[in-house]
Amino acid sequence: MVSVDRPTRGYRVFQGVNGLILTGVVVVTLYPFLNIVARSFSGERQIRAGEVTLWPKGFNLTTYEIVFQDGTFWRNYGNTVFYTVVSTAIAMVLTTCYAYVLSKKHLKGRGVLVGIAVFTMFFSGGLIPTYVLITSLDLKNTVWALALPNAISVFNLLVMKAFFESLPDELEEAAQIDGLNTYGILFRIVLPLSKAVVATMVLFYSVSFWNSWFGAFLYMDRIELMPVTVYLRNLIAGATGGTAAGAGTEQLTQVAANIQAVTIVLTALPILCVYPFVQRYFVSGVMLGAVKG
Amino acid sequence: MSTSTAPPGWRRALRRDWQLYSLALLPLLFFLVFRYLPMIGNVIAFRRFEPGGSILGEQWVGLRYVEMFLSDPTFWQVFRNTLWIGGLTLVFCFPIPIVLALLLNEVRTRALKRFVQSVSYLPHFLSIVIVAGITLQMLATDGPVNHVLGWFGQDPVRFIQEPEWFRTIYVGSEIWQTAGWGTILYLTALTTIDDDLYEAARIDGANRWRQIWHVTLPGIRPTMITLLILNIGTFLAVGFEKILLLYNPLTYETGDVISTYLYRTGVESNSFSYAAAIGLFEAVIGLVLITTANLLSRRTVGTSLW
Repeated sequence: MVSVDRPTRGYRVFQGVNGLILTGVVVVTLYPFLNIVARSFSGERQIRAGEVTLWPKGFNLTTYEIVFQDGTFWRNYGNTVFYTVVSTAIAMVLTTCYAYVLSKKHLKGRGVLVGIAVFTMFFSGGLIPTYVLITSLDLKNTVWALALPNAISVFNLLVMKAFFESLPDELEEAAQIDGLNTYGILFRIVLPLSKAVVATMVLFYSVSFWNSWFGAFLYMDRIELMPVTVYLRNLIAGATGGTAAGAGTEQLTQVAANIQAVTIVLTALPILCVYPFVQRYFVSGVMLGAVKG
Repeated sequence: MSTSTAPPGWRRALRRDWQLYSLALLPLLFFLVFRYLPMIGNVIAFRRFEPGGSILGEQWVGLRYVEMFLSDPTFWQVFRNTLWIGGLTLVFCFPIPIVLALLLNEVRTRALKRFVQSVSYLPHFLSIVIVAGITLQMLATDGPVNHVLGWFGQDPVRFIQEPEWFRTIYVGSEIWQTAGWGTILYLTALTTIDDDLYEAARIDGANRWRQIWHVTLPGIRPTMITLLILNIGTFLAVGFEKILLLYNPLTYETGDVISTYLYRTGVESNSFSYAAAIGLFEAVIGLVLITTANLLSRRTVGTSLW
């Protein structure tokens, strides 16, 4: 923005230092990932000796093979997909409906409806009463325990409301004259015009459900119901040593050395694959929320 | 009866907009059951609760559970830990994104700026379990941090088991995860600052530092204040999930906070009423903090959330 003034000596020094600092930020952010990936492919001895940095040493795939053969791991991965799809679908329906209602400025009682949602951002019932409620509703060990309590994120709701408010009223008025009722206007006029914000919301919700672990940790009692995040949690908490059924001693030491790295890589992989494509949607969504929220 | 006694305005609104109201029914049911019912459920902090019985408890016991936690030394220990960790998080995790955003704003090469942004946003998208897993791996006795210490002739440190390291580890991992993503709102605010202001400042003889001080910082002040208020509001609710993943009985001394303590007493030891009393205490303080911060900010600088 300020390209007209002559760079002074001090400013050139500053630019150099700035470049160094930002390079440092990039290195500090990326190094842990690269190191984990390198470890996941490295041999046990080289890992223990602390020789692994950015590149695998003593290339070894034993742990990957063992994890790939682990039924629980794949089952939990499947659970993650299932929980994410169901939870996101429910969240999208409820959030879209409520955001649309809240976007209607003429609606009587709109202020109260907004207030009901916004108040929950600043005060919540807390862990224990929610836990007691979910238990007494008999939702434990079902997908509903994960999907229903998180069906509306107020932040997402406000982003969507802001988007709906920005649509021109004339379109809906014209549709009304053509004889469409409210439901018809929402599904045939408003939603087709809102593909960008709907896509953003689907991403927001699905990434947050995909990444969540605590709900399942709290409300699921059996290993086979867990999402993959809890599988990883049990591993890093030392609650399980990973699966090594039928493995020899040599394999066991190898697995012990890098099963955490292997599981981290396999769990993070889907997010890392979609990240470059979805990043800008997230940024624009946050900005939209910031302007209006 | 309700329609005939309702004020005519409501009757007309219902007749005209009943389809809109009908769309609000399921979401309202959600808020009622999963948000407001638990708020009411906090009455078990003052009532005896039997697992399997009514979620609102069996009979009034007054302030028994409140007195219990106020005289519980462990509660005061975790309260102090919470203040420490919350304070350190505020001191480091609030300003670092501002500094990072200002630095990014000075980068003249667009591609470089984009690259740094993309990389620094990445940890935000990962599950907190992965972040904790990576943190633990980096700090393992055979991990990179101890590797670097080895260059200086240091013996490996068992970071994960040392109480004196817990706060540093927590805050460090929090910075790693949130600093980049935290710049977005500031970078947005920075693009809205009028170039004419910089022009005017230059004509008045302001060098770059003075331009930053007199133009840039005032330009992002509303964003700073808003985020500061929000940060203060969540002060006591320190990253509960991350602490649960990073701490262990050896580091409870410094790492155990209000939320993890109430999780263990409530869910693991089934003392629901006792834990609910602690949770209610935490939530009320949170509400008071954010309301006070908001009020102070509105009175002094004119920026507020509501």
